[in-house]
Amino acid sequence: MSDPATNPTPADRSAPAVDLRGVIALLGGFPALSGIDLRVERGEIVLVAGPNGAGKSTLLNVCAGLVPVARGHAEVLGTDLRGDRGALRHRIGLLGHRNGLYADLTVAENLAFWADMVGANEAEIAAALTSAGLDGRLSSVRVSALSAGQRRRTALAVLLVRRAELWLLDEPHAGLDPSGRDELDDLIRLAVASGVTVILASHDLERSRALAGREITVKGGTVSEAA
Amino acid sequence: MSPGRIRLARRLAAKDLLIERRSRVLVNQVLPFSGLVMVVFAFALGTGGVLERAAPGLVWLAVLFSSLSTVQRSFGLETADGAMESLRVAGVDPIALFLGKAAALAIELLVLVTVLLGLAVVLYGTEPRAEGIVLLVTTAISATLGLAALGTIYGGLAAGGSGRETLLPLLVLPVAAPVLIGATRGVEAALGTDRTAVSEGWPWVGLLLVFAVAIGVGGALAFGSLIED
Repeated sequence: MSDPATNPTPADRSAPAVDLRGVIALLGGFPALSGIDLRVERGEIVLVAGPNGAGKSTLLNVCAGLVPVARGHAEVLGTDLRGDRGALRHRIGLLGHRNGLYADLTVAENLAFWADMVGANEAEIAAALTSAGLDGRLSSVRVSALSAGQRRRTALAVLLVRRAELWLLDEPHAGLDPSGRDELDDLIRLAVASGVTVILASHDLERSRALAGREITVKGGTVSEAA
Repeated sequence: MSPGRIRLARRLAAKDLLIERRSRVLVNQVLPFSGLVMVVFAFALGTGGVLERAAPGLVWLAVLFSSLSTVQRSFGLETADGAMESLRVAGVDPIALFLGKAAALAIELLVLVTVLLGLAVVLYGTEPRAEGIVLLVTTAISATLGLAALGTIYGGLAAGGSGRETLLPLLVLPVAAPVLIGATRGVEAALGTDRTAVSEGWPWVGLLLVFAVAIGVGGALAFGSLIED
């Protein structure tokens, strides 16, 4: 693509995926994150653990540029979050509790739609379908007829088509059976092998620890590194 | 308007229309509802010329009520599984998003208007006159564009947070008053209701076009802010 918004500069590529120092973020006037320090290198998988309401989702939303940074230094993929975040958004994939799919479209049609949104080509769609194990018959099945695990994989395939460099996954294993979780983990590993960075918030610590190279804990709006 | 933005808008509209073709919500739910509204109006007003005189206003009232369902459906597609949030996070051009959603809505509403005008002929005994056809079509198109732009603005606003969709009628109906009045007067002139001349309808078409352009431009520029939480 020729769009500079989606073509990071070499400096962007050498910068850490996430570099937060003393970040304070407010939700409804109250500090949801109070002085977070976090550095995530390219190609890492980082597990964000912590109790409900600790600020895990807020941390992901800050990294996605959806929650503004009130104070501190915040860079994601080499872009200052306190500046214009528009150019950054194409490069980030945030997957929350919902999949962001159109139920009446097939898997392939959902991917084709997103490919058109970002200028990806047919080959990239085919590669994403193959990586997610959704090629063949499954690609022409409507999303409404898929299992929860297949929907989740379709959502991650969309991130592949979108060429998202940083995946922010909020409880990605929720609602999946063990085989669905295994398939999801395989896809995440495959994406990381191709250069994607993943930050995932999860309560499924045993499984997520096996996936992640590093674990941090968010509690009371602050971050601590697990030993 | 850049070619990239137009391409995105066309793709977004095509997606909405494909989903409508598959789900048939307009055909199986909205159109029958509109037809029922028209029939209920006929029962309420009875015969004796009242119905024929009130037909233009009744048609546009039915369109207005039915357009609320169409708008809710259009944005329900985006919110059901968080697609709107994905579009927002991905930084998809909000102007293209507005234009695409509005274009798809306009096409769906135009089908609705056409069917309801046909129903008015059958149920209310209205008879289109040849010299008013151009005015009738122009009125229908310009009013539909305004309603589609308005629906897209408030649909986007309502889609921004859960529960706000119940506010949609309260938000849309007062602002849609100029469309209701202008479209009714335009169709009255086109049909010759109460011996109105065709020429009396054109100023109302002007009002409808000004409304559509103002709401369309304002909506396109403001849509990015409206869909942010």
